[in-house]
Amino acid sequence: MVIVKLENVGLRYGVGPEVLRDVSLTLEEGAFHFLTGPSGAGKSSLLKLMYLAHRPTRGLISLFGSDIATTGRDTLPALRRQVGVVFQEFRLLDHMSTFDNVALPMRVANVHEKDIRKHVTELLTWVGLKDHMSARPSTLSGGQQQRVALARAVITRPRLLLADEPTGNVDDKLAVRLLHLLEELNKLGTTIVMATHNEGLVRQFGHPRICIEDGRVEQMGPLRPAHRPNVRMEGKIR
Amino acid sequence: MSFLSFNHHKDVPLDKDPGTRFLPWLIAFMVYLAALSVVATAIMQSVSARWERGVSDTLTVQVPPGDSVKQDQAQIEGVLKILRAHPAVVLAEPIARTHVVSLLEPWLGNSRALDNMPLPHLIDVSLRSGMDVDGQQLVDAMNKVAPGATMDDHRIWLDRLIRMSQTLEWGAYIVLSLIVLASIGTVFFVTKTGLAIHQDVIEVLHLIGAQDTYIARQFAEHALNLGLRGGLLGLAAAGPTFAGFAYLYRQIDSALLPDIDIGLWQWATVMGLPIVAAAMGYLTARVAVLRTLRKMV
Repeated sequence: MVIVKLENVGLRYGVGPEVLRDVSLTLEEGAFHFLTGPSGAGKSSLLKLMYLAHRPTRGLISLFGSDIATTGRDTLPALRRQVGVVFQEFRLLDHMSTFDNVALPMRVANVHEKDIRKHVTELLTWVGLKDHMSARPSTLSGGQQQRVALARAVITRPRLLLADEPTGNVDDKLAVRLLHLLEELNKLGTTIVMATHNEGLVRQFGHPRICIEDGRVEQMGPLRPAHRPNVRMEGKIR
Repeated sequence: MSFLSFNHHKDVPLDKDPGTRFLPWLIAFMVYLAALSVVATAIMQSVSARWERGVSDTLTVQVPPGDSVKQDQAQIEGVLKILRAHPAVVLAEPIARTHVVSLLEPWLGNSRALDNMPLPHLIDVSLRSGMDVDGQQLVDAMNKVAPGATMDDHRIWLDRLIRMSQTLEWGAYIVLSLIVLASIGTVFFVTKTGLAIHQDVIEVLHLIGAQDTYIARQFAEHALNLGLRGGLLGLAAAGPTFAGFAYLYRQIDSALLPDIDIGLWQWATVMGLPIVAAAMGYLTARVAVLRTLRKMV
């Protein structure tokens, strides 16, 4: 099944130049793509179109088979709930605990509080933040915040996960572990698009790429690595 | 700490907003003014109803004092005869001089000078309900037996009083409407300010799939809470004010102002003002948030 389809999509902010031009791409269910390109090329803008933060100025976007242009505004939240997003700056809510941040998508989806407690505790344990459940995000390290953001994005088992530079400010070791976590999710059926500048990771994990440059997009095969990293997924990430 | 506890998580931290501090006081003031307006309206209705009950279908005839007691009695009897013969008159009775003196006391004081003052003789006349009297014809007939006799038709000044009280009543309604509009406007702008302050939180909620109604409910419940808190505060402040007014009113001589009877329904309206303020806050905040969110993708 096609999860995301963009046809001749263009995007401009206000009266400025087009930041995305004639973008056409298709993401099949279960795919894992790296989104690469230089800074300012339009990676974040492309992701914003996919998580419905913006509407394209031209072209068609279809998400889970629904044409966004003809989908009613009341139906869009249901589509958004099937998309997990790891924002570039995490966008964790500082007035809430780690637990409540991760629980937020479930509360929005009106999940029973008992189930929320069970699933959030499990996930935070899995990402190694069990002891920080009541901590405010501002008291966590960058890497811990990143894991909270990732946990919030995946807590509802989304069909599509969009991650905007999730390894941007963590060390290589943690970046590799986060990639393994994403791969685990991908194996469970989640389609993943991960924007990154880290060519090393792209080579190591060898997933197909969506290359974006000067607002134009090209779907390309994986960069072949010299070798596949021999890092195995452990019970939790620390 | 919230006054009301809803079984919902508060994702938007509205409790720390500046509006949260001043809105209950503002609503309290509005409810206080609204309570005074409602009670003022009720008093106007009560007073005009009392006046109407007291003097409708009645009139008073004045016979000027003559040169002698004998002449006075002859004139009074002649007037009474004419009045009692009239088909619209049910009862015509002279008012005792002592009662006339007591009616004048509020203006002239309890002076012995009144005892020797030549006062007009008053005749209290009750009319059949709804029956019209040709006043001029009756006065002409009475003047033949008692020159200078006049007739005071209470309906003329009563109509003026009722018109005045109705004007005051409408004034109170206008004040009440302005209070409602000012309260709605305040809650609306406080909500808009809250939306601007918490734009980041709202964007995150929106992007993770929150329905507009989910976000609006948080603002609406917050406004409901503040409205109820402020409303109860305003009502609590209005209580002593009513008691003070009632005390002052009782000090005024009852001959000038009738007793006031405020009905159960009107007291219920006053008591319900905090609930009205809370409901108004809830709906205004909800509408303000939904209108703003509709502009998002």
